[in-house]
Amino acid sequence: MKEFKRITLLCGHYGSGKTNVAVNMALSLRKQRDRVAIADLDIVNPYFRSKDSIADFQDNGIRLICSEYANSNVDIPALPQDMYAITDDKELSVIIDVGGDDRGALALGRLAPKIIEENDYEMLMVINCYRPLTRDAESTIEVMREIEYAGHIKFTGIVNNSNLGVATTPEDVLKSVEYAREVSEQSGLPVVYTTVNDNIYNDLCDKIENLLPLSLQARPV
Amino acid sequence: MAEKVLMKGNEAIAEAAILAGCKHYFGYPITPQTEIAAYMAKKMPKIGGCFLQAESEVAAINMVYGVASTGKRVMTSSSSPGISLKSEGLSYMAGSDLPCLVVNVQRGGPGLGGIQPSQADYFQATKGGGHGDFKMIVLAPASVQEMAELTVKGFELADKYRMTSMILADGTMGQMMEPVELDFDIKERPATPWATTGTKMEREHNIVNSLSLVAEELEQLNFARYERYAQVEANEAMYEEYMTEDADIIIAAFGIAARVSKNAIVEARKQGIKVGLIRPITLWPFPKAPFEKIADTAKAVISVELSMGQMIEDVKLATQCKVPVTLCNRVGGMIPSPEQVLEAIIKANGGAN
Repeated sequence: MKEFKRITLLCGHYGSGKTNVAVNMALSLRKQRDRVAIADLDIVNPYFRSKDSIADFQDNGIRLICSEYANSNVDIPALPQDMYAITDDKELSVIIDVGGDDRGALALGRLAPKIIEENDYEMLMVINCYRPLTRDAESTIEVMREIEYAGHIKFTGIVNNSNLGVATTPEDVLKSVEYAREVSEQSGLPVVYTTVNDNIYNDLCDKIENLLPLSLQARPV
Repeated sequence: MAEKVLMKGNEAIAEAAILAGCKHYFGYPITPQTEIAAYMAKKMPKIGGCFLQAESEVAAINMVYGVASTGKRVMTSSSSPGISLKSEGLSYMAGSDLPCLVVNVQRGGPGLGGIQPSQADYFQATKGGGHGDFKMIVLAPASVQEMAELTVKGFELADKYRMTSMILADGTMGQMMEPVELDFDIKERPATPWATTGTKMEREHNIVNSLSLVAEELEQLNFARYERYAQVEANEAMYEEYMTEDADIIIAAFGIAARVSKNAIVEARKQGIKVGLIRPITLWPFPKAPFEKIADTAKAVISVELSMGQMIEDVKLATQCKVPVTLCNRVGGMIPSPEQVLEAIIKANGGAN
């Protein structure tokens, strides 16, 4: 795992797997730093939130910055009351799990000026070519631009999280490498990681650069 | 073979509808089906279709009525409380013999309830859905793939019988993500000589209307409509059977409840209990045949539902009370666990083997 900036923002199309990547990154970050938080800024989706992994965070001493209403039946777009800790507490290392699409990235606008001013951040676009509205580089770049426009902050890199859920095969991941390269070429941004479920990591670790194994947070029914 | 994509159930419905030639969507956002509207909002402008967020559910269903009158494929979607608001429109469309697709991704109720999954709109969907004598074809998907397939099927059946098809899903089906293959053989639509598309001075006016003030005529319209419904009942019932061949105990379940039940059945079989599943895919027409068949051989039937027991009434009617039928359920947004279903199986078996 590469050295983290103080703030890592994870954005992308909804359903691209941002939350799963964010949760895994927070756990990795905790191995490098003492004071770590994961911030859930989703204002769109009431389900499948970082909060699902709250037990993991508590066990590992990771602070969860999250709306009181996340994963509750209260379906309102609310931000966490302690969200300013992200920019005010400079000793805190943070993974920000931003809501999906440009609508989710709207919540970033309030924090973006301070994040840019401090300039110790990485903003990663999580991409998945198996999602219907980001199947090729063009449509993915379109979503990227919409997010940047809504969030008032620009991407610095790409996380290729192309997957078909628990059914993902090593071939599915290999097939996505070319797509990620095209997104990289057209956006001028590096593919920082290609992520895979840890059960197929060994099949691929010598075939793909910067491969990052993830453990799946959501449980299949 | 088409390539697989990873889709939410709600997205699968939206994409399948577009593939089926639906270019008109009217709706009003409500959790847990909002992704249908969001997907349509993104995709419809790109294909020359129309996405319109109406000012209310009532407005949306009347826009559907309008487009359906012109003979075009059209749909709306909502979740439980929103479907109640649409019920006037559903009745008017039935009274006007218009085809359309309505999606209900159910949430816990009654009232505003919550945003977690439910199957408690079974009565509403299968026993009418509005005032007056009418039926809707009700399709109950149990996977994201089926969300897509039954959307296409729903449009076809709606056109064939000039009536509303409803996808009755639950919040889990709407929200869960699974790989899907969107490789459909889209059939040609039947002609719509009744549509209000302009006479071009070549034919008599078509009138689409549910108002009928002469009682004798209104009676005849109802009789004719029910003859069509009888055709649907005779031809369109769909179901899946799972390990029923030698089963002493039959589980009746649809949607997410059927998936949970399959897990429980596998576990029960390991313990030597002969149990199988009948999964209705059409809830109306209710698939009576497989239940009539097992009524003489099974020793117990368990209806597993996310409701206080709604489908159980149809199961009892279909088995003609020849076999005891019990309920295994959770409500309010809760889902029965495989362990709970297994416990019900063991109890119906008269204890563990």
